[in-house]
Amino acid sequence: MIKNISNLGDTAVYCDFGSEVNEKINANVIDYFHHISKLIKDKKIEGIINLTPSYNKLIINFDLSITNYKKIKNFIEGLTISRDIKDNNQKIRIPVCCDDEYGLDFLRLTKKLNIDKDKILELYFGKEYFCYMTGFIAGMPFLGDINKGIRCDRLETPRVKVPKGSVAITEQFTNIYTFESPGGWNIIGNTPKKVFDQLNLLDPTLIKPGNKVIFYQISKEEYLDWNE
Amino acid sequence: MSNSYFEIIRSGVNTTIQDRGRNHMYYMGITVSGAIDQRNYKLSNKLVGNNLDEAVIEFAYQGPLLKLKNGKINLSVTGDVLFKIIRKNSNIENGVCYKSYILEDEDQIDLISTKNTAYGYLSISGGLELNKIWNSYSINTKANVGPNNGKKYSIKDKIFIKNSDFKKIEEIEINYREVPDNIIRVIKGTNFDYFSVEAQNNFFNKEFSVTKLADRMGIRLSGPKLENIVNTNIKSEGLVRGAIQVPADGNPIVMLSDHGTIGGYPKIGVVISADLDRVGQLTPGSIINFKEVSLEEAENIFKAYTDDTDKYLNENN
Repeated sequence: MIKNISNLGDTAVYCDFGSEVNEKINANVIDYFHHISKLIKDKKIEGIINLTPSYNKLIINFDLSITNYKKIKNFIEGLTISRDIKDNNQKIRIPVCCDDEYGLDFLRLTKKLNIDKDKILELYFGKEYFCYMTGFIAGMPFLGDINKGIRCDRLETPRVKVPKGSVAITEQFTNIYTFESPGGWNIIGNTPKKVFDQLNLLDPTLIKPGNKVIFYQISKEEYLDWNE
Repeated sequence: MSNSYFEIIRSGVNTTIQDRGRNHMYYMGITVSGAIDQRNYKLSNKLVGNNLDEAVIEFAYQGPLLKLKNGKINLSVTGDVLFKIIRKNSNIENGVCYKSYILEDEDQIDLISTKNTAYGYLSISGGLELNKIWNSYSINTKANVGPNNGKKYSIKDKIFIKNSDFKKIEEIEINYREVPDNIIRVIKGTNFDYFSVEAQNNFFNKEFSVTKLADRMGIRLSGPKLENIVNTNIKSEGLVRGAIQVPADGNPIVMLSDHGTIGGYPKIGVVISADLDRVGQLTPGSIINFKEVSLEEAENIFKAYTDDTDKYLNENN
């Protein structure tokens, strides 16, 4: 399942699961991620301090004063990973308001894709998404795959400030900006839901790698009345 | 809760709380943070008799001016820092780094500036009265994670001090001086072969200078443009401290403690662990050279680095 293991510097193991981006490869990455997380929790392995699953890679950081690359590599090679039978397919529902004041890029998208806004919304909301990875900024989920009919490149000039809560698409992916940040994705709406909550110490990140996400449309009134 | 605190009279440009950093959160997009210069962070705690993982005040370039209220403490400053202690009776003492001082009620410490490095550290005996967030005191101002609502300190804020009963510890000194060195040692990155042979040679043989775009997230360098002959983007994947990414413009960026957890630019190299403190301390305009080392060499250098750190830490035992 892992195609190649190498070192990324002197404190990380780089597990390469392939070059394509698809749910099958990503599910492998996430199985390893869950399995190793559990071994760390149960103290069956020493010195691992971080795991970063992404589309088709898993990076394992370790403390070089406790262990080293060779030991962690051998440990990973010795693992037998079974499909996570425990249902990880918890479905998370995310409300989105797509009024033009929140969906900042409909004009661009309708021109580029040559379809109208209603069709974009129909294709976008008509699908359940899968969380490939979470990151870049705290809690930002990278979800996919969106319908082929609404795939579009990033903006030529990225925005300096993307509003917090923006729901955006690019290529085969969709994401949610959990903080105001620079960004170049096409914005189709905004969610009032807290997707990352610093004050929730036990579980700050709503959407984690492997989760399923369903977006649904709300009106501006419902958006403004949203209370959590 | 103790009622001693520092009143912030001048906040400085980037004054935060840091410690060893925050682990096991990359998968949520929460980065490690922690002191940029881990050795100076540990030395500062050692000088005031703290556990080495106690929270300290990190500052960059211009540091804060702090007045002690309702207490008596030991403190120390590490790094390459110009500072003064202003006593209640207006006497002024010029500060010396790597030495512990006693600060009394209404005394002030003026952390005027760092000199040839970017970051300095102020430790206080007993540590600071703060709550850990996800097992760390580190403040990440980009994600607003950590104490003080994840924000840098501003004028009029108070920094509370944990230890109210002062124990006089012997004023000690550590005979530590940073040896200036412009060689940064690097292990080849996972995308090293994305770069032309000329770019690979330039990377290890030409000089690079640190630009003004340098903060706790990372530092951008300028030098010979590193030509990518495969693809200037990769599918986004995890990053680590010290990773050197090269975007399409050919200028390398070194990731530091507050780096984004994933990135989509090819990685030409990774700075070895033993050189992370030094690379983080570089100031704009500094000239550096990268030198290739093998994984095995990097591991040996790291052992020497920790032995060396331990030697300084144990100097007064």
